[in-house]
Amino acid sequence: MTRFGRYPELDSVDLAATACMDAMVDGGVTIHDMDVLGAGTLFQAGVGMGQRVQKQIGQTGIPVFNVANACATGATALRTVYLSIKAGEAQMGLAFGVEQMGKMGLLRGGEKDEATIFEPAGRYGAVAPVDGILGTETMPGVFAQAGMEYAYNNAGVGFKQFARVAYKNHLHSTLNPLAQYQKQFSMDEIMGSPVQSYPNTLLMCCPTGDGAAAVVMVSGERLRSMPSEAQKRAVKISASVLTSDPWVESGQVQPDVNTLTRNAAAQAYEAAGVGPEDLDLVELHDCFATAELIHYDNLGLCERGGAGDFIDSGAPFRDGRTPVNVSGGLISKGHPIGATGVANVYEVTTHLRGEAGDRQIEGAKVGLAHVIGLGSACGIHILEKSAA
Amino acid sequence: MSNESAREASGASNCLPIVDYLKLGEDPHLVANQCVDCGARYFDRRNACAKCGKAEFVQTRVANDAVLKAFSVVHRAAPGVPVPYVSAIVETGDGTSVRANVLGLTDPMAAKLGMDLRFSVYNCGSDDNGTECVAFGYAVV
Repeated sequence: MTRFGRYPELDSVDLAATACMDAMVDGGVTIHDMDVLGAGTLFQAGVGMGQRVQKQIGQTGIPVFNVANACATGATALRTVYLSIKAGEAQMGLAFGVEQMGKMGLLRGGEKDEATIFEPAGRYGAVAPVDGILGTETMPGVFAQAGMEYAYNNAGVGFKQFARVAYKNHLHSTLNPLAQYQKQFSMDEIMGSPVQSYPNTLLMCCPTGDGAAAVVMVSGERLRSMPSEAQKRAVKISASVLTSDPWVESGQVQPDVNTLTRNAAAQAYEAAGVGPEDLDLVELHDCFATAELIHYDNLGLCERGGAGDFIDSGAPFRDGRTPVNVSGGLISKGHPIGATGVANVYEVTTHLRGEAGDRQIEGAKVGLAHVIGLGSACGIHILEKSAA
Repeated sequence: MSNESAREASGASNCLPIVDYLKLGEDPHLVANQCVDCGARYFDRRNACAKCGKAEFVQTRVANDAVLKAFSVVHRAAPGVPVPYVSAIVETGDGTSVRANVLGLTDPMAAKLGMDLRFSVYNCGSDDNGTECVAFGYAVV
């Protein structure tokens, strides 16, 4: 993967091609080994990103799946290749995710137009933009409400618990050279930074940015014909799951990020034959500090309702029981949307190989990568260290 | 806002609700399209019920009393959106979730999860013809 950050001198094709070439070199393979390409990008979903990248890395005529699936775009690209291999149509494939956001700032929330003539429009017959009048449509606000709903239903969750999530991830990021920001902040600095949407302060929100990540996937059969070094470094995809949000009563006014994550986690644990207690590390979707906290519960990392105790106990810190977001997470590593669901698989893979340098979780054998996009889509991959 | 100005807002002759599921008049309230089969409610039109798949709906009044289930004090918004404000997910007395602002708090941080709220309407601007836009929110009881 590329370091996440800002690359005004490059375009998203450059970033994606760099990540793809690095992944193939790392795997000791070339574009001629690839039977399929999965390409994920959200904001440039209409440009044929996969084909554009092929012009940089090799036009071999293989099928390209261009996918866009909110913040689960990268995981969806990965799963597309996974399914092609599983279906027997491909032996080896390449998946990438890329996004170039620059300094986009706040996502969602309509800019107000000066009134001219009111006329009802759209599915709700709105005569004016409703953001800020009928609640918030902004991402920091929507995820703040998701966290506050959890706080409403569960004891021991408040501003300090949310802030501690950000404290942890900023701390973790100082060990990750690929992170967009690598700076430690105190609890006072985090809680005292400008409030975006309470309880999310600026330092509890992920930045926008640029970046790309890519992975090579191979069938077990094809892997056995590869050099022993490649077999040793290969990790096993024990589960690849994609879910959407089932109906819940409040879903029409507040996107439900919980149920589809719970469903995906249950499917993934069953497919992999592991439980949350077996996980040596987790990369989960901390777009905001409030989001990470509720996903401790959704992924079963803590007792039901116990996410506040879980962060208070230190369990998700890198020296804790279940290290979460040792990369720095989206909050510090960054969140170029299409790249995120591939980059978290890169992170887990790097630990399972024992190649994560200063941030290595020693002896990591099983890891989980989770992303969720509003709308909603959830991708979970469980990876295991090679037995070879 | 006061009940008096709420009445003025809803009673004005040339005013429009900000969304079509807000009904004005003497007794302002929200309406939802309710699935005849399973009772799920929707503020927009649906081809079929997202919960059960049946395709018959009836328009139903939503209760005006509510409790605060989740909120965020929004300090950063798109240009032109006044901040801070309290965005909320409320649950009405008949179990319908609604997204709206909490009204009438001089200190936004005084919002408390679980607090009782009451449906309220107010003028939120007018267009070049002088037509007023009426919005709704939930006021602290």
